[in-house]
Order: sequence, then C-alpha cells, then structure tokens
Amino acid sequence: MGKVKEVKRKRAQAPAKDAGVSAEVKLGMLRRMMEIRAFEDKVFELLGRNILQGASHVYAGQEAVAVGACSAISDKDFITSTHRGHGHCLALGADLKLMMAELCGKATGYCKGRGGSMHIADVSKRNLGATGIVGGNIPVGTGAALACKMQGKGSVVLCFFGDGASNEGTFHESLNMAGKWRLPVVYVCENNLYGMSVAFSRACAVDDVCGRARGYNMPGTKVDGQKVLEVRAAVLEMVERARRGEGPALVECMTYRYRGHSRSDPRIYRTKEEEAYWHGRDPIKLFKADLLAEGVLTEKAFEALQGEVDQSLAAAEKFAIEDSPYPNPSELHDDVYVGWVEGPKGLVRLK
Amino acid sequence: MPVIMYREAIRDALAEEMRRDPRVFVMGEDVAIYGGAYSATQGLLKEFGEERVRDTAISEMAITGAAVGAAMAGMRPVAEIMYVDFMTLAMDQFVNQAAKNRYMFGGKTTVPMVLRTEGGAGRCIAAHHSQSLEAWFVHAPGIFVVMPSTPYDAKGLLKTCIRDDNPILFIEHKMLYNNKGEVPGEEYLIPLGKAALRREGTDVTIVSYSRMALRAEEAAKQLAAEGISAEVIDLRTLKPLDIDCILESVKKTGRLVLASEAYKDGNFVCDVAMKVTESAFDDLDAPIERVCAANVPVPMSPVLEDEAIPRADKIVAAAKRTLGKA
Ligand SMILES: Cc1ncc(C[n+]2csc(CCOP(=O)(O)OP(=O)(O)O)c2C)c(N)n1
Ligand SMILES: [Mg+2]
Repeated sequence: MGKVKEVKRKRAQAPAKDAGVSAEVKLGMLRRMMEIRAFEDKVFELLGRNILQGASHVYAGQEAVAVGACSAISDKDFITSTHRGHGHCLALGADLKLMMAELCGKATGYCKGRGGSMHIADVSKRNLGATGIVGGNIPVGTGAALACKMQGKGSVVLCFFGDGASNEGTFHESLNMAGKWRLPVVYVCENNLYGMSVAFSRACAVDDVCGRARGYNMPGTKVDGQKVLEVRAAVLEMVERARRGEGPALVECMTYRYRGHSRSDPRIYRTKEEEAYWHGRDPIKLFKADLLAEGVLTEKAFEALQGEVDQSLAAAEKFAIEDSPYPNPSELHDDVYVGWVEGPKGLVRLK
Repeated sequence: MPVIMYREAIRDALAEEMRRDPRVFVMGEDVAIYGGAYSATQGLLKEFGEERVRDTAISEMAITGAAVGAAMAGMRPVAEIMYVDFMTLAMDQFVNQAAKNRYMFGGKTTVPMVLRTEGGAGRCIAAHHSQSLEAWFVHAPGIFVVMPSTPYDAKGLLKTCIRDDNPILFIEHKMLYNNKGEVPGEEYLIPLGKAALRREGTDVTIVSYSRMALRAEEAAKQLAAEGISAEVIDLRTLKPLDIDCILESVKKTGRLVLASEAYKDGNFVCDVAMKVTESAFDDLDAPIERVCAANVPVPMSPVLEDEAIPRADKIVAAAKRTLGKA
C-alpha cells in the first residue's frame, strides 16, 4: 500500500504522455482540477459550519482522475458517477453555481434540490448520475454502453467507481456482461486505497482491481492517478479501442482521498505518514510543476488562474446560499412519474 | 438506573451476548476498526478480536448470505447492513435463502441470525439513505422484524433476538443513536411480540414504532393540551405483532391513528388496519387514519424532507379527524 507501482502498458510504442494535448487543453484541465479542489474545500468548510446539510463525499486529492478521464471523451459519450461524484460532474464542465445550489438543497440546483451531493448530475452533459449505492452505477453504465452499441453511433461510456465497489456483485456481473457482449465501456476504478475505513488490502482477496479484468476478457491497466496526463492517455487509448468496436476495458487509477470519508471520520485507520506521502504527490502540484517546466504556465499566470477560480467559487457560494430559494413544498410530488401524479386518493393521470 | 445512549445500548447488548455465547459473532462493513457507521459496535474489536468482529468487503449480498450459512452451520451471526436502503442488495439472501429455509426443509433447519440495520430520514441524505423499508420484510413469511425506539428496548430486544432461533431483521433508526434513556445495569430481556403502552388515554389510540413512536408521544402531549386524551402504543416488534394490545386499546377508545415513517402505499400499517377491521370493526367509532411518508423518494432538501416525513402536527391532525374535530 502507498507507493504506486510502475505501470507497463501493452503498447507497441507508448506515445509521449502529453502527445496531442495542446497548451490550451492542458491549461483547461488545470483549471478544472483547481475548480474541483476549491469547490471541495469550500464544501468541507460549509459542512463544518453546518451551513451545508446532509453528507458530502469530498473528491479533494482525486482531481486528476476525473479530469484526465473526462478529457478523453467527447460530447457524444456518457459517464456514470458515484457517491463521490462532485469531481466527475465538474470535470464535464458543470456550473459551480448550480452544483453548490444542489448541495444546499435549493430549487436552483441541478436536481432541484432533491438529490443533493450524493445524486448530483448535470444530465445535459450526458452525466447519467451519481448514486448513493456503492456499485449501483456499474450496471447502469454497462446498459448505457449496450445502448451505444445498439445505436451504432460510436459513443462510449466512462463508468467511474471506487476500489470498494469492485467487491460488489454489480461489478462482477456487469464486467462479465460487457466482456461477453463487447460493449463500448471503459470502467475507471478510482483506487484511493480505502472503502470508508476498510483498506482495500483488508477487503479484497487480490492485490489490484485491474487484474480482475482478465476474468472478464478485457484489458486492465493500472496508472498513476495523480498524474492527469497519464490518466488521460490510458483512458483515451481504451476509449478509442472501445469506439472501434473492440470492447470494454478497465483502467485502475491509484489515488487518495484527502478528507475523511465523512465529516465525522477521525481517520484512525490510516497513518499521518501515509497522508503526508500522498499530499506530497498532490495532483494539482504535480501538474503545475510539469506545466511550469514546459513553459506552458508561469507562476503569475497560475496565481491569476487561482484568483479567477476563487472568484467563481465565491459567486457560486453567494448564489447558492443567499440568492437561491428552497423548493416549494407544494412541489413535493412532482416528477415521480411520467404522465401521472399523486392525488388525494392515489395516482391520477395528468391531463 | 444508569442512563445510556441508544447506540451504547446496542453495543452493550452485543458485548453481553458475545461474552455469554462463543457462537455469537459480528460482521459487516466498517464494524470493527471504525466501530460502525453510527458507532454501535464501538469497542467490540478491542474486546473480542478480529475473529469475532469482522470488517467485511462492501458486499451486502455476501454478508447476508454468509450469515445465513454460518447460522445453519452452528454459529449465531449478527451481521450489519449499514443502511436499510442497502438491503435491496441483500434481498435474495434474506427473503429467499433465510426466510424460507426452515419451512422448505421440512422444519429441520434453523437460521438463528440477526441482521442489524438502520433506517429512517432526518439527515438530509436523500433517496438512497433515508428510507423505511420494513413493509417489504414484514411481507415475507419466515422472518421477524424488530424496530426499537428507546435505549431500553434496543438492548432488551437485541439480546432476545440474538438468542432467538429465527432470522430477524433488527432495524434501528439513524436519528435515535444519540438519544439517552434509562437502562438497568442487570440483565433483562424483552419478549418478541409485546408492544409497549407509552401513554394511557381514552379518546383515541395512536399506534406507531421506531422514531415515529416518539413523535406519537409528542402528538399525544399536544392533544392533551387541547383536552384530547390519546393512548400511545409503541409496537417495538412489527412481526410478531402484538395485535391484542391494539385491539384492547381500540375497544376502549374506538378510534385509531397509525403512524409510520415509511411510504404510504403498501405501508405495514395498512395491514394493521386490516387486522383491526377484521377483529374489532364493531369497536370502531370512526374510520382508521394513517399518517405515513409521502409516496415520493425521500428528497435531500431540508424543506422537502420535512414535508415528506410525518411530523407530530400531522399525527395531531389525524387524531382530531377521528374525533370529528378537524
Ligand atoms: C451498497 C452500499 N454499501 C455501502 C455503502 C456505504 N458506503 C458509502 S461509500 C462507501 C465506501 C466506498 O468505497 P469505494 O468504492 O472505494 O469509494 P470511495 O468512497 O473510496 O470513493 C461505503 C461503504 C453504500 N453507500 N452503498
Ligand atoms: Mg475507495
């Protein structure tokens, strides 16, 4: 546990890890990662002050995975997300204001305040949604891939899930189905070493998630999930493969969640040394250093970017907390069904 | 008498039964090192070690099924499913493999297992973490369903459940874990199928369970202030059901309000209402009223959650309707 194993990808000639990524795209990715971090730090703060209610599973530390993976797909593709879904949602370009409003349970939020953190999604971005059920999105992602295949338009699905989720039956049943039917889905496992308090090494019979792919007739690779361009390259390769009709794949991204599983989590199951090691491999710092070295970024430009991110976040906070109303309780029964609504004696057909 | 929290009562029951019977063991997600998502297994790992207090993978189906198998093979497992919402993943193992076991094998097997879980709303954690799904399990012959509302009941009933030879679903409530109550230092057991009369009254009977039983008491106080005398019954065990306690009360009051935190349609209390009309139709002076959760997935937003889940004032209003005082 701890160190990421060096990854050998089966490629005749591994392309340079930033091949084909323009400076503009790289800066866009950096910005997204910074937005996610700022958003999550704010969420954690608001939870601590009891301004945000409910539970939020915070994505800080894992930004390179969502941003790298989502940068590898196009706007005709889908993703399915998890209980730790803010990062996925933002990586696809969700609006900070509508995200924050949703977390606050406001009518202006992406899901009209009904879903909150655990059910966050900008459906217009072809995000099929976060879920409160660990592993619950894996069959759904698989089914979306089935639709993509049946419709024959070359769309693919990115299906995110955690190391812990790979011990659910849904994972195994889904990968078998996708493997047999050669579905265009890339399973992106975010291995942050723990499922809540239980270390992956204490919960799983084998050492890694990527190895499980073999049992379902698909390639499985492991990448450094703190390196956004490595995640991008690995996922892109599998996305292109899936698009060509060559079937599903699994990419395991080694990463770390900075915060406790929940606000009250004392993190007694991991050491300060381990946390320090991973903070030393911070995905934003690593990417920033690369971009500085390349000359794509300057310290000054970085500070300006941070200023912009902070500003949009402050605007999001104000929008969500001060300017947005709560939903009207009279709308409680809306949207449960298509075409029917609850009446005094039961369901009635909408005119 | 010592005053302890609901979650401490659960832990004490587990610890006492584990000391008493080496066949009893605990397994589930985050139950060992973490001490349970709601801290109800805190300290057990230290006393009993990893062999008897097992952190599992996130695998509800296997946790539940492994409890069934271990029980059939001579152990007395207490497995934890973190949220009752996740029972959806354990459904086959519990309602097919556990519930039907004894009957289908000609009465020759027993499945002495307890599945502890928790349910209910109140934390703004939305549709996958706030449900009350007891009706699904009451529906299945072969399992018992227990839903305590106080630390005293939680401890006494859990101990009874662990000693019982039937598969039992023991549903705690997430908003009760920090509630305090008197719990005797010495050992006691509470029998299954025995309701608790929380308050005597003459005008209307309010029957409830779990957190709603506390709201029923609140409602009764408000009714008393308006000169209405409500009798409050806390069922404690939904199956077996103490129907006699309800019938006796209805005989006295002639009016019945049923309060539950579960969705209205197909709610377990509908079955209670049916049983009352079957046995005591002539005692009723007014239609039975039910106060249940709205037929919508539990929403996250605090204002919507509050609207979806029964409040004491809704129980008060229902009681008044039975008295023609709406
Ligand atoms: C079916 C189900 N079981 C258990 C939980 C409780 N739970 C929420 S997150 C979590 C850990 C998930 O671990 P992992 O899949 O590794 O994702 P991570 O939280 O590390 O991102 C658990 C056990 C749940 N929400 N759903
Ligand atoms: Mg994890």
